[in-house]
Amino acid sequence: MFTLGVDIGSTTAKAVILKDGKDIVSSSIVVATVGTDGVSRAMENALRESGVRREEIRFTVATGYGRKTFAGADLQLSELTCHAVGVHREFGDVRTVIDIGGQDAKVLSLNEEGRMANFVMNDKCAAGTGRFLDVMANILHLDISQLEVEAARAVHPANISSTCTVFAESEVISQLASGVRIPDLVAGICQSVAARVASLVKRVGVREQVCMSGGVARNAGVRNAMEKELGVRIVYSEHAQLMGALGAALYAYDKVQNDNL
Amino acid sequence: MGEEVKKKRPAPDPNSAKYKLGQIAAKAYSDCMEAKARGEMVGWCASNFPVEIPETLGLSVCYPENQAAAIAARGGGERMCSESEGDGYSNDLCAYARVSLAYMKLKDAPEQNMPMPDFVLCCNNICNCMIKWYENIARELDIPMIMIDIPFNPDYEVSDAETEYIRAQFWGAIHQLEKITGKKWSDERYKEVMEISGRSSRAWLAATSCAKYLPSPFNGFDLLNHMAVMVTARGKKEAAEAMETLLKEYEDNHEKGDSTYHGEEKYRIMFEGIACWPWLRVTSTGLKSRGINMVTTIYADAFGFIYDDFDGMCRAYARVPNAMNLELSRDKRIKLCKDNHVEGLLVHTNRSCKLWSGFMAEMSRQIGRACDIPVVSFDGDQADPRNFSEAQYDTRVQGLMEIMEANKGGRSDGNR
Ligand code: SF4
Repeated sequence: MFTLGVDIGSTTAKAVILKDGKDIVSSSIVVATVGTDGVSRAMENALRESGVRREEIRFTVATGYGRKTFAGADLQLSELTCHAVGVHREFGDVRTVIDIGGQDAKVLSLNEEGRMANFVMNDKCAAGTGRFLDVMANILHLDISQLEVEAARAVHPANISSTCTVFAESEVISQLASGVRIPDLVAGICQSVAARVASLVKRVGVREQVCMSGGVARNAGVRNAMEKELGVRIVYSEHAQLMGALGAALYAYDKVQNDNL
Repeated sequence: MGEEVKKKRPAPDPNSAKYKLGQIAAKAYSDCMEAKARGEMVGWCASNFPVEIPETLGLSVCYPENQAAAIAARGGGERMCSESEGDGYSNDLCAYARVSLAYMKLKDAPEQNMPMPDFVLCCNNICNCMIKWYENIARELDIPMIMIDIPFNPDYEVSDAETEYIRAQFWGAIHQLEKITGKKWSDERYKEVMEISGRSSRAWLAATSCAKYLPSPFNGFDLLNHMAVMVTARGKKEAAEAMETLLKEYEDNHEKGDSTYHGEEKYRIMFEGIACWPWLRVTSTGLKSRGINMVTTIYADAFGFIYDDFDGMCRAYARVPNAMNLELSRDKRIKLCKDNHVEGLLVHTNRSCKLWSGFMAEMSRQIGRACDIPVVSFDGDQADPRNFSEAQYDTRVQGLMEIMEANKGGRSDGNR
């Protein structure tokens, strides 16, 4: 039986097709904003890659910021629950999930059964999110994927004191102008995201094991800074960015099983 | 324009509490307008200033906070806030103050007009921002300001020394007002007002406590509208009668298994903080569409004052929510959660009200732990619509619902 999870985030659309609630038969990530055809493209990519026909999908769960805009879903769930479900399947012992996405950062506290018991999210601004990293990478003329490599080359990480994206932008520009090296700046930027998100983590309480999910989790610069900031080891999955879509597909499977759909 | 709309809607029952309360709230403004037109002096009054004083003296007062809420709820918040910001008032300042200062200057807001003041009555038991706000009004309009200082109380009880300090100021304010307006204080009349205010308060508190019933006989958002009368008119007989009608209706609803919350009440939450007036519909629909009833909020109960003499009145005004310490604030809310079978707490982190929002993170954490309920907060503002994001609100409310559902041992049906 196939189930589909679609995660419509603020900057990317993700789709995961799951077989019998276990195997990811295909997945797709499309960089596109809500309201564009990104979702259907992500879904079509996943279908094409898996060879599964649309009619064969038994149940579809949509999640993410744009979940309500997707007409093809049987159910809409918040990305909070979906990340909790996804992470729990990947790492059964995880109690704290740090999910940094394009526009927001969330920290989930899971109970022993892997259910979300509590969560906090960043407030309205983009500080401590993928957006912050995008803006900074842009100033430094780097691709977002290069941040990790640059951060690793840092000798004296710069201190970026502003967490506000707009203020930090001018701070980075002036440090750049005064000759601070790019790797040191990148390390400082990662550190700034980590510090901002760590304060959210502390609000729900750090309970091990800690996992990072969402697109930013792939960035070792931020992950390492976060480990230092929290003083714990952080696990992450190669599917980090797909975790919401994966959780949605898993939830879809469970729903069919439990409700005899 | 209204005619067509009116035809479609059933005529409101003039005996219903909703109708009566709506009339009183509207009349508060028209009475003031008429008094002003008659050449009487009228005042602007802070919401937690002892209303018993102007009421006993027979003075007409109106409430800038209530007016700002009305303006914001009717879509004028941003316009008025921007007007004040253009005059140099910071965007960080309380939005009620920004709306009010803009109104003082423009003297007109189609959403809700009120007469210009001849004096202002200020009391800092809810916040100190109010002092500067009222001082500016008094200075700009060159009118007297009566100021009562009720300090933040770090203790659980109100001490005799504090009572004495407040009592002296209340009498000072009375004498000042007698001098300014030429009206005379009467102990007899005071007793009457105190009794009426007590009647209104008792009925109001009893009505709000009907949330103890399962399901609740009312939709908690009703309280946010009805409390306007408690703020502006609790010392008036019509208010006491309307509140008693409200209580009776809620009791009757319970008997009949009826409720003003239409739909199945699947979850019950407490709402913390001032309502997001510009986004009232969005915030209430976000809950309603998920079967969540906001059954209780400290904000509504804050306007029930029960006491039986002048000193009791002094103590009551020293125990309003923003004047009390973290422990007492927390315990009062824990009681509300427990009495009303609350399953989750939704906290409005209000950009305007620093005082209220400042200790909210720690307080709600303690409430969540004591009641074993999830706590979720969202960003907003009571009158400035710019500080709210609908999508973020929605995700948080859905997350809250999913936890409450999981706590009941069920699986979420999400939003189909
Ligand atoms: S909303 Fe807060 S800051 Fe504004 S007047 Fe009321 S108590 Fe003061």
